[in-house]
Parts: sequence; C-alpha cells; structure tokens
Amino acid sequence: MELSTNKEMQVPIEPAEEKAVSPWLEAWRSFRKNKLAVIGTFIVLFFVLLAIFAPYIAPEGINEQKLTTSDRLQAPSSEYWFGTDDFGRDVFSRVVYGSRISLWVGFLAVIGSIVIGCLLGIVAGYYGKWVDSVISRFFDILLAFPSILLAIAIVAVLGPSLRNALIAIAIINIPNFGRLIRSRVLSVKQEEFIMAAKAVGMKNSRILFHHVMPNSIAPIIVQGTLAIATAIIEAAALGFLGLGAEAPNPEWGKMLSDARAFLTQAPWTLFFPGLAIVLTVLGFNLMGDGLRDALDPRMKN
Amino acid sequence: MKQRKGIWALVLMLLFSLALVGCNKSAGTDEKPADEGDTAGETSGGQLVFGRGGDSTSLDPAVTTEGEAFKVTKNIYETLIEFGDQDTEIHPGLATEWDTSEDGLTHTLKLREGVKFHDGTDFNAEAVVFNFERWKAGNAEQFYYYNSQFGDKIDSVTAVDEYTVEFKLNTPIAPFYKNLAMSPFGIASPAAIEEFGEDFFKNPVGTGPFKFKEWKENDYITIVKNEEYWQEGLPKLDEVIFRVIPENSTRLNELATGAVDLIDGVNFSDKATIDANPDLQIFERPSLNIGYLGLTSTRGPLKEKLVRQALNHAVNKQEIIDAFYAGAAEPAINPMPPVVAGYNPDVADYEYDPEKAKELLAEAGYPDGFEMELWAMPVPRPYMPEGQKVAEALQKMFEEVGVKAKIVTYEWATYLEKANAGEADTFLLGWTGDNGDADNFLYVLLDQDSIGSNNYSQYQNAEVHELLLKAQASSDQAEREELYKQAQVIIKDDAPWIPLVHSTPLLAGSAKISNFLAHPTGSDFLANVEIQQ
Amino acid sequence: MLSYTVKRLLSLIPVLLGLTLIVFFMIRAIPGNPAQTILGQLATDEAVAALTKQLGLDQPWYTQFFHYLGGLFTGDLGESLRTKSPINEEIWPFLAATAELAFCAMIIAIVIGVNAGIISAWFQNSWFDYVAMILALIGVSMPIFWLGLMEQWVFAINLEWLPTSGRENVRAPIETITNFYILDTLIQGRMDQFWVVVKHLVMPSFALATIPMAIIARITRSTMLEVMKSDFIRTARAKGLRMFWVVYKHSLKNAIIPVLTIIGLQTGLLLGGAILTETIFSWPGIGRYIYDAINYRDYPVIQSGILIIAVIFVTINLIVDLLYAAIDPRIKYN
Repeated sequence: MELSTNKEMQVPIEPAEEKAVSPWLEAWRSFRKNKLAVIGTFIVLFFVLLAIFAPYIAPEGINEQKLTTSDRLQAPSSEYWFGTDDFGRDVFSRVVYGSRISLWVGFLAVIGSIVIGCLLGIVAGYYGKWVDSVISRFFDILLAFPSILLAIAIVAVLGPSLRNALIAIAIINIPNFGRLIRSRVLSVKQEEFIMAAKAVGMKNSRILFHHVMPNSIAPIIVQGTLAIATAIIEAAALGFLGLGAEAPNPEWGKMLSDARAFLTQAPWTLFFPGLAIVLTVLGFNLMGDGLRDALDPRMKN
Repeated sequence: MKQRKGIWALVLMLLFSLALVGCNKSAGTDEKPADEGDTAGETSGGQLVFGRGGDSTSLDPAVTTEGEAFKVTKNIYETLIEFGDQDTEIHPGLATEWDTSEDGLTHTLKLREGVKFHDGTDFNAEAVVFNFERWKAGNAEQFYYYNSQFGDKIDSVTAVDEYTVEFKLNTPIAPFYKNLAMSPFGIASPAAIEEFGEDFFKNPVGTGPFKFKEWKENDYITIVKNEEYWQEGLPKLDEVIFRVIPENSTRLNELATGAVDLIDGVNFSDKATIDANPDLQIFERPSLNIGYLGLTSTRGPLKEKLVRQALNHAVNKQEIIDAFYAGAAEPAINPMPPVVAGYNPDVADYEYDPEKAKELLAEAGYPDGFEMELWAMPVPRPYMPEGQKVAEALQKMFEEVGVKAKIVTYEWATYLEKANAGEADTFLLGWTGDNGDADNFLYVLLDQDSIGSNNYSQYQNAEVHELLLKAQASSDQAEREELYKQAQVIIKDDAPWIPLVHSTPLLAGSAKISNFLAHPTGSDFLANVEIQQ
Repeated sequence: MLSYTVKRLLSLIPVLLGLTLIVFFMIRAIPGNPAQTILGQLATDEAVAALTKQLGLDQPWYTQFFHYLGGLFTGDLGESLRTKSPINEEIWPFLAATAELAFCAMIIAIVIGVNAGIISAWFQNSWFDYVAMILALIGVSMPIFWLGLMEQWVFAINLEWLPTSGRENVRAPIETITNFYILDTLIQGRMDQFWVVVKHLVMPSFALATIPMAIIARITRSTMLEVMKSDFIRTARAKGLRMFWVVYKHSLKNAIIPVLTIIGLQTGLLLGGAILTETIFSWPGIGRYIYDAINYRDYPVIQSGILIIAVIFVTINLIVDLLYAAIDPRIKYN
C-alpha cells in the first residue's frame, strides 16, 4: 500500500524513465551484483539457520555438565569439534545455541530503538519548534556518553540480566535512529508533494504515515542492519563484563568471560565463541554496506 | 597555509609512530619483559612484588575488616601476642610474657623493651594504653573487631610501669590472648595517630619489620625495610610491593613472565600448570576456612527443615572439589574446619543421594520441586575462588532433584548487604578464621546474636545459643570443646547451610623465593622471606 | 566563525546540564547504599545511618544536586567517598593513562589507516587492495575484548614478547611528572624505562586502534577514489609510479577531512572501548576508575567521572567542527 502510494507520488516529480521499475526491485538488482553483500547475507542466513535448527545441529544441550569425568577442558577432537569447557560441556553445542541469544538480542534491541527513535524523531521533525529542541537536546545528551559506558550505567541501575542488557542497548541506539528520521522528515517536509498534500488539507497523521514513513524506510533498513552488528558486539561486551546473560545461558560474551581463566590451558574455549561474534557481526556489516549502496547511494561516504 | 600545517602534523605523526613500531620490534625480540628496567641495584636484600586480587581499603588495621588490608598491615604493625608461623598457637610478640589471675579477670603483660615505632617514638605501656583507649572510645562502626572481640568486656587498661600493662575484664574472655594476636589489634604510634588524624589510614606507623612508603590507589602499595627493626637480621627483603591485579589468570601470567614474584588467589585449575613449570613453586595455605551455601531459614520452602536437608542430599561435594578446587579441599561436614579444637568428628554428613533428596522434598510437600534464587559471589575468595562456577554446578545438581535455581549476583557489598537482610533464598559465602577458636566460627556465623552481622542464613536455635554462650564464658578448655561438639550435632540436624568445602588456598611464587610460610588467617608475615637476586 | 563558535558553546550548556542531572539520578537509582559499601559487611545499622548522614545522603535530592552543581562551578568535583581525596587531584593520573592509551591508539589508527586507504585506492583492485579492505571489514566487526585476549595469547603467553598487563614495571616505578609516561620517561632521559612503557602500550593501543583504523582506511579509500578521478591526478597517474609521491601528498591533504570526522565520531567509541581494553590489560585508566566506582557506589566519582568523559567527548566534537570550518571554507554554518 504505502509503497505504491510512494511511487505514484514520486513519478510526476522525477524525470520519466523508460520503464517504471520499482525502486525496490532496482535496489535488489544492484544488491545482487555486490559480491561482498551477498557473502554477508549468506553469513547472516547461516547463523539464522543455525539458531533455528540448533537442537538438530548441536550434539548436546547447553548445560550437560560432566564434572568428574575426563571430559573437562578437552581440546577439539572428532567427538568435541570445538573442545569442552571447564564444566565438560561441548563448546560447539554452546556456540550453536549462543547464536539464538545473540541474534535475538540484536534484532529485538534494534527494533526497540527503531520504534522509539522513529517516534521521537518524527515528532521532533514534524512539529519542530520547542518540541524539536527538547527532543534534539535529549538525543545530544544521550550521544554525549560513550555508548558502552551508558549501557553499563543503565544495567547497573536495572540489575544485570540479559533482558536489561537488551533494554540498555536499545536505549543507547535511540538517538541514532531519532536523528536519522528527524532529518528525513525535515527534508521530506520541504518536498513539493508534501506541501501539495498539505495544501489539499490532508491530515497530519495521514501525511506522516503515507508519505514520511515510506520515504524513510530505506535508510532505516540500512541503519538497522548495521545497528544489529553493533548491538551484538555491545551485548557480548556486557556479557563479558558480567552484566548480561545469566548462567547457564551460552551467550558468546559470557562464554568468553567464563573461559578467560583458561587462556593458557584451553585457548579453544575462548577462540570459538569470539570467532562466532566476529563472523555474525561481519555478516551484518557486509549486508548493511550492500544495502546502503543499493538503497541509498546518497548515504555513501 | 592551514592545509600545509595539517600535512606536517600528519607526517610527524607518521614518523613518530613508525619509530615506535620499528624500535619496539627490535627491543621486543632480544629480551623478555621480565628483565625490563631492573634498577634496584643499590640494595642487597632485594625486592618482592606480591600480586593480589584487590586493593586495601585502609592501612589502619583497627578500622577495617577486609583481609586485603591485613595482608599489608601485618608487616607494618605488630601485635602484643603473635600467632605461630603456620598455626594459631600463641607466642610472644610485643609482649614477652603474660599472666592471668585466678578468676580470669585480670591479665598482666610484660612488654618488650627497646622497641621503637617507625617515626622514632618509643613503644611502651603508655602507647599500648593509648591504642586501647582509642579503640574503646570509638563505636562499633569505627572499630568493628575491637567491639566484637572485647567491647564492654574490657573494663580498663592501665600502664603499671613503663613496660607493664594490666587489663581488667568484666567477664572472662576465653580466647583473650588469641584475640590479642589478631591483626586488627596491631599497636600504632600514638604520635602518628595524633599527627595524621583523619588521614592516619593512609599514613600507617607501627613497629613492624617494614615501613610504609607509597600507596597508589588500585595499583600498588610499597613498604620498605625498617632498618631499626628490633629482631636482628630481619627483615631480609629491602622492599615489598603489593600490586593489585584483579583477574586471577592475568595475575598468574604476570608471575610466569616474572613481573611479580608471589601471587595469591591462584585458580586451583592452574595448579598443574604451575607444578610443571620449574621456575615456579606452589605454596599451600593451611586450611582454616569454610565455604558454604547458606539456606536462609526464613524464606519460602526453605523454612522447612526437610527441604534444607533434601538440598543437602542433592549436592555432590566431591565432584565440585574435583572440578573447581583441583582436589585441594576437603568436603565440609561441620561449620568449622577439623583443625579447630572442639570439632566434632562423630557428626555424619548428608550423603549425596538425589533419590533421597526427592523423597524428602515430597515428604515436605514439594514433590515437583520449587523455584528459588541461588546467589553467586561476584568476587573470588580463598574458600570460594570461583563462585559463579560453583553456583552453576549447584544449579545443575538442584535441577536433578527438581529444584529450579536462578543464579543471581550483585556487586559484592550489595550482595552482603542484601544477604544479611535475609533477601537471598540460598547464597554462597564462606569464612576464614581470625584466631582459630571455635567461637570464631560457631558463635560468629550461626548464633542468633550474630543475625545482622555474620549469621547470614538467619539461623536461630535457642539450644545452640545457650551452648555457645556457656562456652564463651568458660575458661575450662575441655568443657568448652564438649559444648561446641554438642552444638554441632544440633546444627547439622537443622541444616541451616550446605557446608561445602574447607579449601587449602594456593599461592604461587617464583622459584627464587625461600622461607615463605603462608599463614592460615590469610595475613602473611614477610620478614623472613628471602629472594635470590 | 566567531558567532558560530559562541553558538555552539552556548548550545552545550543545556546538554551538559541535562547530562549532569541524568547521571545524578541514574547513580542514585543504582541499588546499594554507599555507606554500607564503605563500612563493609560487618557494619551495624546505626553506623550506616550515621555515615549516610555524614555524607549528606539523607538530604533531599535537590539539595544534594545544587550542592554538587555549586561545587562544579568553583571547579570542585567533590570528594571520593572511598579514599576521601578530592576527585580533582585523584582523577588526573587515571585520565592521563587513558589519554595516553587513546592517543597512541589514534596515532596508530590514523597512520596505518590513512596509508592503507591511500595505497588501496592507488592500486585499486590489486591484491593489496583486497587484503586491506577485507582486513578492514573484519576490523570493524571485531569485539575489542576478544582481540585483546587473542593478543595476550599470542604475544604475551606464547611468544613472550610483550608484558601481559599493566602500564609500567612496578619493580621500578616511573617517577611521575605529567603522568603521561612516555613524556615522563623522555623528560627524565630514562630510555630503559621508555621502552618499558612502550612495550606495555603496544597491545592495548593496537586493540583499541583496530576499529578506528579500519574505518579510517575504508573512508580514506573511498575519498581517494573520488579524488583520483580529478584531472590533476589522472595526469599524474599517466606519468607512472614516479608520480606516486606527488599524488600521495595531494591525497594526504584530501584525507584530512574524513579523518577529522572519524576522530570526532570515534572519540566516544575510543573512550568506551577504553573500559574494555583497560579491563583486559589492567590499565589504570579512567574507564576502570569509573567502573570500580560503580562497584563501590562511590557517587561523586561516578558522577564526576562520567561528566568529565562527556565533557571531553563534547569538546573534541566541538573542536572537530571548528576545524572543519578552518580547513575547508566551503563548509558553511547556519
């Protein structure tokens, strides 16, 4: 619905093309040609599949402790692909299940910041004046903290848990989306078709949802994809500092901090969870870059 | 013009960093970090760097309760009575001989002559009286240990002559001399206390083998040889640096590379690695501790004795010891370690038996188990070096009998505060003895009077209370031991805890160290330690 | 230009005020009582109540807030609850430690990042370009703490080239003058200690430099590709590799703006990353200072610490904005 409205409204003001191809289709074509972006998408897909089918892929559960046996801190082998940790648990299984946590936190936190950020950004951009000043100053304040420090402080207030880490990550990313939407709203507001719509007496809410939002979807998708990458790192960082996931959840950052004591004895307990973080984040970054090039060449540096 | 400046700045940066990278490469390959910048050439006894997990909170032992503080003050201050090298027997310290009256109410101590404080003032009876009056004048919040060990029981302390002090008590204190040997009762220079006032805690002056030199918060504390020390030939070392390295594994790495000489808080799991390294040696601290899981007897299902007993049956202590203490611990049965006089060896432990645990739970009305919180210590302690891990293992064991435990943790002070208020269902905690007396375990940890201080599990039993008070006032050692044995039987049946382990804490040092003896209380006397240059 | 500067400065006031207020409330919402924390586990209730009163924590929040604000205006950051020392004095060594680390990291990031970017662009689609850009992509995806651990594993534990942690050799502590140890050792002419300091700096600053380095390399590369389309460069290129240095010089000039942007944007990341880096390398910096203070419920330290970091961050961004204007007159402000 919105997309078609968008296209119809845009057609008159853009130079007529030979064939009216949807901008989304066009973006898809250019995305497909971008090798790195495709690789990134595959990496992300791989981890999504890993998360969905974890019970079928992982040979063990997440917490099958084998304390007295000789299963503790075993090096990688055909039985334990990634070795075992100090509880005798299979690191491979835990890394596989860990993808569920990281992806879940990444998606949810970013969706949270998009919803709140967009709301604030639209209000600020559309209504302007003092509302804009107040909201923009709020964004400035949030941005004046180094983000991880702010997240630590928020978790310190709320108490350490995965849910609170997610909330903290959502909060620190709000201004990024807020500012983005605000600037889009401001620029869209200037465009002729909006002025026309206003002149015809269209309601504010209608203008917002039918014209401003569709125009902002592309940058949100791009920014959102990249933000998932950051959110995953931030969640791991909080987990690493003991402010995220609770035991026995196999959150990658927490696995690293639990295994830190075994850096000399059993480096594999540190190597694989870290590698999983790098790969997932890399996937989202590549995908985000590709989306940016395809959807919104203006944002390219 | 401006642009040109920018370029030059960049070029300069480039050159500078290239120089850094380049030079470092050459420096890095031909020498190990261990040899770096050794400048302590002019001294003979050498320098010892002691790596530890946390910083001292204060260098005035009287105002603190933190073990990290005593580790340092033990070497700056001396007490009237001293413990043995590796036990809690009493030996002469700043007092050379002592005598107790028939009724146990008057103690007379002869002081060592010719001892001087680091600031040059004389150590004498007046100084001792000054210290005791300072502690007495303060309240419990200022001088916790004075109030808990002596408090109102000391009526007066007087200087009979230059080197004789007399203590008059209101009621007998059975472990009076053991108390005197505790680190918080180190005798400080009256002149320094008056001079520094509020800041005395960071300007300590005692009579000990080492003098205070420098304290860099959260980084290191340096103490240096006291040339005037009264014991001939001591200390052997010229300088001791207590360096804070919070992470256990990092601390071990620093030892392996030679950046520090001695570390405490060694992960039990690292024992094998250290044993295999010819440049390193392990020191065992004789066990005087208990690590336990407190079962707060005022909360939910845990109010039921049967439930607490069931949880006791659910835990496989040996498995925990093998995995997280590398076998360097004994399963705990009673709330005090076997070396303490009055330990009851006839008490039998709840054997590991998940089926029995389930039966007991069913009998108590929880056939499907229940949910509860399991608090895990956020900091390593000698009795519980890996609280989070032990909690995770316990969580799994409880799950086997149908009890779902959620692991919760708080920052340390908050943890203690909340647990103290009875807010934890179950919590990991422990205790290292101060003076090796049974009273210092049973009364301090499980008497109803101690609720709000160290009785975190809120355990109350009138019978136990009576036994413990009686033992406290008795000066007949055999009678005291009998009373403590009876108390342990009752406590075992009530099961306010799951006693987990008596650990043998590990320290590790460079092979160049000799004569280091780790003390069971956790405060080590370093005057005899030697280090090969 | 002047009016713009003034305007920017004025707009900082509500931000900093709001920030102070937010931090003020946030730390008071942290569970736990500082009085209890200071006194330790064995303190009595009366003791805690007495200390609470002594610290002024029993007063209404606005009294506490305005008291604090009043102090700020006279340059008083308050007193640490734990060490009882004025924060103004106490914070300096920590701040210097982080500044030294961040500065080294930034230099590494700029030098390697800019050069890699330029060379990649010059030899576009060569193996160097591919390798550099793939490394850069991995670099931006790298969790600092994992990188730090891996560095320790390789360079400290296996190769034993570098010290695992810390900032100096405590056996021979450095006499502090400025608290910037590189400067201090140079001033004293202690080359032996200088190398000790540099060795301690290598791993943490490389860990901290990774992300900015990767970003700078990528941005420089894309900027350069634009620049290289210009006629001047085309001509230079046509003349072959001999012209490389001419172009290099020209390229550097053009790299300044994106690099400045990154410095501005990355300062926050750098200060934040410093907490993790400092944790891993036991670096006695501001991040650890604040982190420990949170654990200790040391309100004044948390508050002043975060405020100082925020002020530094905001100030650097301001300077960067002003530099834009100074360097590139095309950028206009309204």
